[in-house]
Amino acid sequence: MTKGTIEIEKLNLWFGTNHVLKDITFTIPAKAVTAIMGPSGCGKSTLLRSINRMNDLITGVRISGRILIDGQDIYADATDVIELRKRVGMVFQKPNPFPKSIYENVAFGLRIHRMGNPNEIRARVERALRVANLWEETKHRLGENAFTLSGGQQQRLCLARCLAVEPEIILLDEPASALDPQSTARLEELLVQIKNDYTVVIVTHNIQQAARVSDYCAFIMLGELVEFDRTERVFTRPSDKRTEDFLTGKFG
Amino acid sequence: MDKPPVFPGQPLKRTRFTSNIGFVFMAVPLALLVAFISYLVVYLLGNGVRVVNWQFLTQPPLKGMTEGGILPCVVGTFYVSIISILFAVPIGTLTAVYLAEYAPNNLLTRIIRSSIRSLAGIPSIVYGLFGVALFVHGMRIGLSVLASGLTLGLMNLPWIIATSEEALSAIPGSFREGALALGATKWEAIRHNVLPYAFPGMLTGVLLGLARTLGETAPILFTGVTYFTRELPKTPFQKFMALPYHLFTLSTQHDQIMRVRPLAFGTAIVLLIFVLGFDAIAFAIRMRVAASNKWQV
Repeated sequence: MTKGTIEIEKLNLWFGTNHVLKDITFTIPAKAVTAIMGPSGCGKSTLLRSINRMNDLITGVRISGRILIDGQDIYADATDVIELRKRVGMVFQKPNPFPKSIYENVAFGLRIHRMGNPNEIRARVERALRVANLWEETKHRLGENAFTLSGGQQQRLCLARCLAVEPEIILLDEPASALDPQSTARLEELLVQIKNDYTVVIVTHNIQQAARVSDYCAFIMLGELVEFDRTERVFTRPSDKRTEDFLTGKFG
Repeated sequence: MDKPPVFPGQPLKRTRFTSNIGFVFMAVPLALLVAFISYLVVYLLGNGVRVVNWQFLTQPPLKGMTEGGILPCVVGTFYVSIISILFAVPIGTLTAVYLAEYAPNNLLTRIIRSSIRSLAGIPSIVYGLFGVALFVHGMRIGLSVLASGLTLGLMNLPWIIATSEEALSAIPGSFREGALALGATKWEAIRHNVLPYAFPGMLTGVLLGLARTLGETAPILFTGVTYFTRELPKTPFQKFMALPYHLFTLSTQHDQIMRVRPLAFGTAIVLLIFVLGFDAIAFAIRMRVAASNKWQV
């Protein structure tokens, strides 16, 4: 099995009495882009946030089933959540850079994980910014506050910040929903560029976006996995009527 | 024929007339307030400014307080303020961090939080009495700078907790989430992505609290302040003089009230300058933060 495979087995999740995810079972392949799509409120973000255990932060959450990353159950008692979140990076819906300099935003993760001396940190920051296609735009202003960047640049900075700590898996929660079409296109290009090195999971309610960037596609409705397959197959020959209705815009 | 829809309530009348009335209703109280404060300041300055000079600040009261200055009062007020801050700031800010960042959001936390808010509203004389019971007698500290400082600190504690917690809650959750998602521990997220940005707000709260403390008389009244002492306190276990109590003495307890009245006004001016000074520093910090604040749209 390639490093970075995510196996989800009979995952159930409740917020209080609200049953949000129901018996979800599928395997997200490594080194590819997997899109999770579905109508608003279907649980797709919650599913994504189960993979790096960000749901743990919410009071009243209850989870059953297993999620295995490289064969290890991330909900097992022995799992170190800190280590898990270092391996599984996340980019949020709204760009959320820290109100620090551009440089410090990317260096933050390296510093808390003590990844190298100052020279190595400098090199890693540059590499991460290059991979995120942000180096050329920011190399002369690394000391400026990250909030001086445009929304699209901020989102790429958030991606660079997460790439810097060298994760295997990158989760993106509707990363383009706050961006203009041009910034969205740049971000999508970027995802396609990095997919050979990382397992990328992207939540989107934008069908075209899923078609453009993903190799695999999961369709979720009312907390249930309706369909999971190669993207071209989901889009050309969906096996479930509900998928077809969603893709043709009958609802959602 | 369909009936036209009927919406509840009266249609809003937007005329120049009602708009002007609204403006007057809000502007007049403001103007009255400004006029009152201006009158107060002018009155104080007019009556006391001629006694405020270097000697006034550096001499003890002389000749039965009819001459001389207020040095022991300035020093005493300074000492109790320092002690109150040393006592209340660490406990208050750590409590606030716990309440804002760690405490589970349950009934117990809500009860604790509203109790703290209520404590902030308890009359200061009650704190004074409590200070006598706890510090002066209970802990056998005696009537002293230390007992008064601790009592003032105790009175300031709820205020510091409330303002600090507010400053912490104002930091967007996305700063914490972003750090946690990178594999930061909860403490690392708070230490690097919350505290530095909440610090100016917390400092503002502490300074405003300090400004309030300076003028308090009741909490020190039973716990260590004295009518007159020739020497400055050399240890925290001595009695001391303080600005607000000295003002009280000069204005109501002295046997030649009319003769010492300018000195009383002078004392009031010095006290006011201290209080306004701290308020001004707090205001300056807030303005600086507002100018450099990049995350609040």
